[in-house]
Amino acid sequence: MHYALCLMLFMVGLYGVMVKRNLIKIIISLIIMESAVNVFIVMVGYRKDGIAPIMNKAMEAETFVRSSVDPLPQALVLTAIVIGLGVTAMTVAIAMRLYERYGTYDIKEIRKLKG
Amino acid sequence: MQIIPLFVAIPLGAAFFIPMVGRKNPRLCDMLTNITTLALFLMALSVIGKETSVYWMGGWIPRLGVPLGINLVLDGMSVFMLVTISLISFLVTVYSIQYMDKFTSKARFYSLFLLMVAGMNGVALTGDLFNLYVFLEIASIASYALVAFGCEHEELEASFKYLVLGSVASTLILFGIAITYAMTGSLNMAQVSTIIGGDLKAIHLFAIALFISGFGLKAALVPFHAWLPDAHPSAPAPISAMLSGVLIKTIGIYAMARVMMNVIGLTPLISYIMMVLGTISMVVGVLLCMGQDDIKRFLAYSSISQVGYVVLGIGLGTRLGIAAALFHLINHAVFKSLLFLNSGAVEYSTGTRDLNKMGGLKEKLPVTGTTSLIGSMSIAGIPPFSGFWSKLFIIMACVQAERYGFAAWAAGVSVLTLAAFMRLQRRAFFGEPKEAYAAAGKVPGSMKVSMVGLAILCVVMGLLWLPQVQHAFLIPAARVLQEGLDYASYVLGM
Amino acid sequence: MVNDVIRPKGLSPIVKTVSHWVKGFILVFGIYIVLYGHLTPGGGFGGGVIIAMAFVLMTLCCGKHEALKRMPLGVAGELDSVGALMFLVIALLGLSAGLGGTFFTNYIAKADPGTPFRLLSGGTILLSNLAIAIKVGTSLFLIFVLLVVLRVIYRDER
Repeated sequence: MHYALCLMLFMVGLYGVMVKRNLIKIIISLIIMESAVNVFIVMVGYRKDGIAPIMNKAMEAETFVRSSVDPLPQALVLTAIVIGLGVTAMTVAIAMRLYERYGTYDIKEIRKLKG
Repeated sequence: MQIIPLFVAIPLGAAFFIPMVGRKNPRLCDMLTNITTLALFLMALSVIGKETSVYWMGGWIPRLGVPLGINLVLDGMSVFMLVTISLISFLVTVYSIQYMDKFTSKARFYSLFLLMVAGMNGVALTGDLFNLYVFLEIASIASYALVAFGCEHEELEASFKYLVLGSVASTLILFGIAITYAMTGSLNMAQVSTIIGGDLKAIHLFAIALFISGFGLKAALVPFHAWLPDAHPSAPAPISAMLSGVLIKTIGIYAMARVMMNVIGLTPLISYIMMVLGTISMVVGVLLCMGQDDIKRFLAYSSISQVGYVVLGIGLGTRLGIAAALFHLINHAVFKSLLFLNSGAVEYSTGTRDLNKMGGLKEKLPVTGTTSLIGSMSIAGIPPFSGFWSKLFIIMACVQAERYGFAAWAAGVSVLTLAAFMRLQRRAFFGEPKEAYAAAGKVPGSMKVSMVGLAILCVVMGLLWLPQVQHAFLIPAARVLQEGLDYASYVLGM
Repeated sequence: MVNDVIRPKGLSPIVKTVSHWVKGFILVFGIYIVLYGHLTPGGGFGGGVIIAMAFVLMTLCCGKHEALKRMPLGVAGELDSVGALMFLVIALLGLSAGLGGTFFTNYIAKADPGTPFRLLSGGTILLSNLAIAIKVGTSLFLIFVLLVVLRVIYRDER
């Protein structure tokens, strides 16, 4: 059920990328898509009534293994968030340069390449 | 064995070292980059023929058969891709010594270029699904920046379109990886293949659909090809050669073949989908390329067509089909890079890319004209050049597998490619001179060197199908893909 | 330059004073997250972002000249490459046979494990976190300055 919500968020982002005409809205839809996949990955590691995967001196290894949520997806999501940040930074820089050259954010106007 | 991580570490180190020392001194950057790519090429040649070896990073070897760390796998297919990547990147860096003099900040160009090479080497070597995603992103982000390098109108627009579609593709791939992790609980390719074990449920089919869409977008198969005709012409010529020759093959076709065949296993459904996608790409690519006036856009559409050939061959799944498809892969890398470097030389000397303005250039640019003729004859499939052999064997493999319809389509597309490229040659290099002829200057020496080198390779590559050479180089690669799920026993057994 | 004459640079004095006090705490908090990255959540990425935010805060409230006086663009570019090269050198040192023989091994922890849950346990993880923090911090600051400074130059040209 929760996974279906993630899929819906992903579809919202995909709709935005395909349909919207403003450059900034396309960038925001890309960010929404990446966030949807990141949330999905974190939810894959959930365990019912689990504790956060941080160990301190008082805990033993056995209780940690038996009751914590899966820490591997959290490490994956950290990397994926940073990758998304890099792509967003580059997209925004290119969008700013496009605005300086064409004077508009509308992709229907920015169509010098045809064929 | 210790050489395996160096394929990724050396270009990465050089990519960060060059901006530190080379900001004021372009010649130093040229020298360092060429030394790096030459070293990578020699290293790649030295690992041909070694047996399969697995390198567990950080010393985390598997305990009780369960993989704990990330591994790098060097089998026949990885060696094949490494040799292709390092060969083309070395010749392209030789070319760009003088081509990139027209642009500013060479240090950043070489830094991004080496990052792209490091990412591609990582994709070719890795044995872990999430590691594949990270290296794929490194290579893709470097290529987005390289396409926009000149900062003119059309380069920025093409780069934006490429960036958005490439990001969508990466997100689809990450979604597929997440679903695979949810279903199997592991990210290591070998362990996932043993856990799935060949029986596919509905959720696995959803993951397969996501993978085919994501990798198909990266490889520019039809219907995912919309970004390629804008991105490849707008990039500077050496980057067009790298993108069209190596990048779409490594992160598109190689990654798709590795995941489909070694991790999931080639079922008849996946095989049929790959063959249909390949055939549609072949036909649409060659039909759309005939009406183009821009020389680089013409070459970009024909890239789509030739990539379709390779996917058709891999989708067949037989030993001859996969070997012929891999042969066509390395052939296409060589002659498509040659053709793009030629178009770069024409643009450098005449300042235009419009075919309507060109004519009779062969007298003023003899080296470019001759090498372009060799490249065109090779891609059109005229014996004894290399393209003829690879296309012949793909068609023979289709006939041998009793898929006569696909063989007929492949033969028809070959005839159309021949017509299109002969027309290109006549318009650009023969025929009566037009405006561009008057403006033609000279082509610098380093550019000529790499074009001649690639042309010689076009002729010599036909020899790769000789039995001794074939068994050393092509057959191990084909065997890895064809034996599919036995990959796991190589990796986890040692 | 015209804007500087008509209106003083930066935001109001209240904002300037408070952020002068707060930016030191932000920097220290970021360094804490980096150093304890192997024990508590955070590590190189998160800590590097917080360190960059201290400089970004200074840019936002006092104008770009103040921030560029503390961290000039050339220095940021060099530190960027130095951070990445440091990470690569730490990973490559594992390749030498005396220290373990595989790329990326944690040779310090193999030689001398240390007590768990203390700062100095965990070996090369601490050094890798430092290298990543330097790289990420300077990269984010460079991205912010380039996106902001570029707009100002173009607007003055019109």
